[in-house]
Amino acid sequence: MSTDTLAKTDERIKSESLATKLMKRPELGAIGGVILVTIFFLITADRSMFTLSGIMNFMTPAAQLGILGIAAAMLMIGGEFDLSIGSMVAFAGMIFGVFTVNMGLPLILAIPLTIAFAAVLGAANGLIVIRTGLPSFIVTLAGLFVLRGASLVGLKIFTGGATQLRGVREAVASDFLTPIFSGDAFGFLFDWLAKAGVIDAFKSGAPKVPGVPVEIIWFILFALIATWVLLRTPFGNWIFATGGDALAAENSGVPVRRVKIMLFMLTATAAALVAIITVIDAGSTDARRGFMKEFEAIITAVIGGCLLTGGYGSAIGAFFGAILFGMVTIGLTYTRFDQDWFQVFLGAMLLIAVLFNNAIRKRVTGER
Amino acid sequence: MSHPIIHMENISKHFGNVIALNGVTFDVRPGECHCLLGDNGAGKSTFIKTMSGVHKPTGGSITFEGRPMSFDSPRDAMEAGIATVFQDLAMIPLMSVTRNFFMGREPTKGRGLFKRFDIDTANDITRAEMRRMGINLRSPEQAVGTLSGGERQTVAIARAVYFGAKVLILDEPTSALGVRQTSNVLATIDRVRSQGIGVVFISHNVRHALAVGDRFTVLNRGQTLGTATKGEITATELQDLMAGGQELAVLEGSLGGTV
Ligand SMILES: Nc1ncnc2c1ncn2[C@@H]1O[C@H](COP(=O)(O)OP(=O)(O)OP(=O)(O)O)[C@@H](O)[C@H]1O
Ligand SMILES: [Mg+2]
Repeated sequence: MSTDTLAKTDERIKSESLATKLMKRPELGAIGGVILVTIFFLITADRSMFTLSGIMNFMTPAAQLGILGIAAAMLMIGGEFDLSIGSMVAFAGMIFGVFTVNMGLPLILAIPLTIAFAAVLGAANGLIVIRTGLPSFIVTLAGLFVLRGASLVGLKIFTGGATQLRGVREAVASDFLTPIFSGDAFGFLFDWLAKAGVIDAFKSGAPKVPGVPVEIIWFILFALIATWVLLRTPFGNWIFATGGDALAAENSGVPVRRVKIMLFMLTATAAALVAIITVIDAGSTDARRGFMKEFEAIITAVIGGCLLTGGYGSAIGAFFGAILFGMVTIGLTYTRFDQDWFQVFLGAMLLIAVLFNNAIRKRVTGER
Repeated sequence: MSHPIIHMENISKHFGNVIALNGVTFDVRPGECHCLLGDNGAGKSTFIKTMSGVHKPTGGSITFEGRPMSFDSPRDAMEAGIATVFQDLAMIPLMSVTRNFFMGREPTKGRGLFKRFDIDTANDITRAEMRRMGINLRSPEQAVGTLSGGERQTVAIARAVYFGAKVLILDEPTSALGVRQTSNVLATIDRVRSQGIGVVFISHNVRHALAVGDRFTVLNRGQTLGTATKGEITATELQDLMAGGQELAVLEGSLGGTV
């Protein structure tokens, strides 16, 4: 078996069709889900859902959730959970509010400091998980309560008794970095398109949709970078290896501990980024910010194809998972269905996703 | 005869009051397959773990390429050129063959922020190395979970060889395999040996050992019972040594020589 084998090998590659290859991709379920849900809403929802403003309407919450979901997906591929993300949004929001309002720091200081603060807390999560060997589920569940409580107490301390810290928008209004973290991007383009009559405009000539909300840009960028890191860098390979089998990875020279700590830092900083964007947008912060987001982020990751056992998943999957989530949440308001069906939808989607992922995993490993 | 790559002299290892090894002497020369035989609990795994840096020996000395050596971690031993393929293989079923092959040692291209995993090169190398071991992959991107036990074993061996092993330790690579896969692994051992690598082959199975081994060392209750060269010893004699001599003779009668 040496000379004639080349031809034989090639022939066997071809026997795996594009369709079977696609069937093995983790993001398949989420993309299929988006298509199905789009069809569903095309039939049941008001037409305005799929106009430009309707799309921005569901993409904005999808983007905010998606930034968390992609980070959660990477951590999950690395074999761990972070249940403290939602509380981290509240906590980082408070820290950010204190930096900008109470201390009057410019964004160029306030943002890196907030991110660094969150990263340190994320590293602490990671260190505790690694040092104790406890499941991250429990360790970060503790974080969920600690950070939520600390946000509440902290807000009272810094506002002198209130649970809401106001005045963020005023504090950052004239900052040169504000447009990167709030408002709409590509305004000039939308103005131009409105003038050209391509998109809807008000009578004054201003476009009805003034631009792309910046979080959507962040969301897309993050999805692209995360995908690149996962699939095209050594670090990405280490993430899959760490989640696939930490001991085997360690024995092969993968710095498993470093990988895990960095992933916990990533989820925490993603939470801080979402906090910064939403706090500037709202102009204030309170202790309920990010409530339940840890579960929504995990659901996003699972719909996106992550296995709960780690070692398998995709950032692009989580990207579509978040869009699916946004569509279902917002889309129901465009239909005549009771909006409260949303949770039923979500639970069903989660269940279907888990079953689907399980089937895909069996396909990939050739289990029967 | 060439000098041994690694020489282990009078190694002992105690776990608390358990004496797992009690004076084992063993060496590996380049281009040979040295079989380590022994019954369950004889101390084979413990012994190779002292060789691969997992355990520190309680007593005895290790000479690596003529110099006294003491490994502090498996990583140390790996860097010196001692690769171990454990029974559980250290492979990740959900990852592709290529990703497993290069796990922890990924080739990169580009620099700075754009330094990236050179997947194409990695795929090419994996395919070529596997072909050298006599296995044609359908695709280097197929998941390791889809490979057979023997093929996985070969990936682990190919990886060790590619990353410059001088000594390759295989802990019972054939014990879970079928007939055809066993012969594949044995053929792979032969290929590796012909590249000048010293192979340590651990087995229960005398026939597998005799098929590829150049020398045979039998361990019994933590001690070496001696080393024999190919042709000096028969299967029955090895079998008897492994079982500690006497009991097997009795068994042999009732089992009609089937062991
Ligand atoms: N970490 C340990 N602590 C205590 N005793 C140990 C430890 N490791 C091995 N032993 C003991 O040392 C002896 C030799 O074990 P070892 O695993 O080396 O046997 P083996 O020859 O590899 O057997 P097998 O063929 O079943 O794999 C056994 O009696 C075992 O109980
Ligand atoms: Mg053993």
